[in-house]
Amino acid sequence: MINYIIRRILYAIPILIGVNLLTFALFFVVNTPDNMARIHLGVKHVTPEAIAKWKHERGYDKPLMWNSAAQGAKQASDTIFFEKSVAMFAFDFGRSDEGRDIAHDIKTRMWPSLAIALPVFMVGLAVNITFAMLMAFFRATYIDLSGVVLCVAMMSISGLFYIIGGQFLVSKLLHLTPISGFDAGSNALKFIILPVVIGVVGGIGSGARWYRTIFLEEASRDYVRTARAKGLSELSVLFGHVLKNAMIPILTGAVVVIPLLFMGSLISESFFGIPGLGSYTIDAINAQDFAIVRAMVFLGSVLYIVGLILTDISYTLVDPRIRLE
Amino acid sequence: MMLFKPVLLWTDMLLWLLLAGVAFYVWRVRQREHLLQPWRRLLRSRSGVASAVVLLAFVAVGVLDSLHFRLPLEKQGNGAETHYSPEVLSVFDLTVGPLRKQVEKTYSSPFAAQLYTKETIELPGGKQVRDYPRLKFGGAHLREPARELAGDVAVTALQGSVYAFVLCGGLTVVLAIWLGRRRGISPGAAWTMVLQGRDEIPWRTLLATIGLLVLFVCLATAFSAKYHIFGTDKVGQDVFYLALKSIRTGLMIGTLTTLVMLPFALLLGIMAGYFRGWVDDVIQYAYTTLSSIPGVLLIAAAVLILQVYMDSNQELFDTVAARADIRLLFLCVILGITSWTGLCRLLRGETLKIREMEFIQAATAFGVGHFRIIARHILPNVMHIVLISIVLDFSALVLAEAVLSYVGVGVDPAMQSWGNMINGARLEMAREPMVWWSLLAAFVFMFVLVLSANLFSDRVRDAFDPRVR
Repeated sequence: MINYIIRRILYAIPILIGVNLLTFALFFVVNTPDNMARIHLGVKHVTPEAIAKWKHERGYDKPLMWNSAAQGAKQASDTIFFEKSVAMFAFDFGRSDEGRDIAHDIKTRMWPSLAIALPVFMVGLAVNITFAMLMAFFRATYIDLSGVVLCVAMMSISGLFYIIGGQFLVSKLLHLTPISGFDAGSNALKFIILPVVIGVVGGIGSGARWYRTIFLEEASRDYVRTARAKGLSELSVLFGHVLKNAMIPILTGAVVVIPLLFMGSLISESFFGIPGLGSYTIDAINAQDFAIVRAMVFLGSVLYIVGLILTDISYTLVDPRIRLE
Repeated sequence: MMLFKPVLLWTDMLLWLLLAGVAFYVWRVRQREHLLQPWRRLLRSRSGVASAVVLLAFVAVGVLDSLHFRLPLEKQGNGAETHYSPEVLSVFDLTVGPLRKQVEKTYSSPFAAQLYTKETIELPGGKQVRDYPRLKFGGAHLREPARELAGDVAVTALQGSVYAFVLCGGLTVVLAIWLGRRRGISPGAAWTMVLQGRDEIPWRTLLATIGLLVLFVCLATAFSAKYHIFGTDKVGQDVFYLALKSIRTGLMIGTLTTLVMLPFALLLGIMAGYFRGWVDDVIQYAYTTLSSIPGVLLIAAAVLILQVYMDSNQELFDTVAARADIRLLFLCVILGITSWTGLCRLLRGETLKIREMEFIQAATAFGVGHFRIIARHILPNVMHIVLISIVLDFSALVLAEAVLSYVGVGVDPAMQSWGNMINGARLEMAREPMVWWSLLAAFVFMFVLVLSANLFSDRVRDAFDPRVR
């Protein structure tokens, strides 16, 4: 098991190098630092001196990959590629284009993100599985049919409408929770409830429908017929046999997103004014802060790969037949 | 001088290419019974025909809106060169004439005859009062809106319904005659067959859907000559018109993205599965790397970079439409690059399975080349996966457009899209009193399109997936 994990981590390295090279190419080769400077300083009426100064302050005035003017090892290390891209492997994200320490921002901002994303994930999973089990229990009846119709209708509504509608209904009409904002400690609760509820409700359509298909596929297997034949009640068949065996496809979809919960949700955080990583990214995109976007791309990829490894490990926990060699 | 100057935008060109591809596919399918069969199955399901009709209506609007041209400006003196207006219009703009031109001053609510905000009005006697001014077009024919409005709306609705009723009646007669001829029975017998639902195609559902569509079109035509059905936005444009124009944007994102990613996914997926070895390793590495980058962030990064490029090369785009169009095209390309990995993985798996089958071994034994084996034996056998995933992706892409536009990396702000409407509605909802109709219009249109796309894709999957059968 340990061997397997080490090997998986080693496999992840070339992928991360690929991600790194790709972001480097996107942010420094396709889009040169000169262009970035021009965007920040205004496209017209910009002097070459101002561009040079802007680049120098952010360390973008070095050669891209190879510094032939430097000595020895510095030829490779005193470059944009080494300082901006390779450094990310050590989680050294440097400073944003506005001069803020990105690593520090990430550390403080990931907790509000997690405070929203984790409950949405956990409650959402429980609610979706419950609804899916109900539909599977009443399969091929009108309850099942209307459940599926409801799911399809719910998944046809854009997530933006859930947020806008929820804010309007709960906060503006009923005055139950604040419209947006965040606070530290236990005061945060009243700000968290609405985004969590909306996040869960918005995910029911596709989630419950997806789990229903999984349950129905399992329910048509031979071992389920055997279980029924030996006289088990439908409930114990569903919970004792179907749910257990459906764990593999459920885990495949669910575990991989757990590490990404740190990144928060772009949309709901910016609507609810949560100072998390999602709104951080949106602000960076709107301010065209390339350093932050680059850091978030890399961080997101690392977390995704961690999620893939966790998925494999979780398989061994629910299915003793699977051994990671 | 010419009456107009045709404008061929990049996305228009790709759309025509796509339609040509669809026409070719239809022509091929019509000749082959085994390819026709799943489509027959699709046409026998009620939700299948209903959603197909709605989707076709959306496509019709989108196609009409893709025939672009520029009208000439008035000539300055004799012999002067003709200059064309910088405004790019489409055939659709002409067909909905009044909708485009009836621009008010600012916000007005649905079916209103007055502006939504109070203004200082000068009375004939020179006195000034604060009141809601009358609209230039909405309800302009009424003398006293407060008293006459409800009655006039009811009468207009009745008129529209009568037109719809007559049209639908004509349509049913045509259907009965045509169906009777085809089945070799009298029109009357055909009609009872339709009514009792005894034919294999669910005509009742089909007729009901078309009837609703006709009713909607008739009501919309009747109303929009006199009123703003969904009100007007901040600069007084008709919101209903904006929502209709957004259809093209949504359709383009949903279809062109697929067109862009399809060659990559097909070529790489089949190559990886067929050749295996190092080819497989390289391709797998490529798609694992791409898919490990969170999609929104990759799109955001790429669009930011496009923005920089367009800002530094503004002379390349002669009209606002051309500029917005390049951005739309690029967005499709970027969405395509982030979304080909899923289909590629599926195709690789399926090809791995197919290449071990006997008919491939037989082909290899006969000395058929790799290219021919892939084109003749593997490609046709993975097409059902391609079709299912195209249809499944469509609704997700339409929804993604709204989110991306909200984040600020979607289509150009000058381009009408549901995402931009929702984005603008966010400020309007915070106003006091609230402006809700842009949001409602975007919601209704998106919901109908995505819902029918979802229903249609369900039926496509049922009809084409061999495991479901």
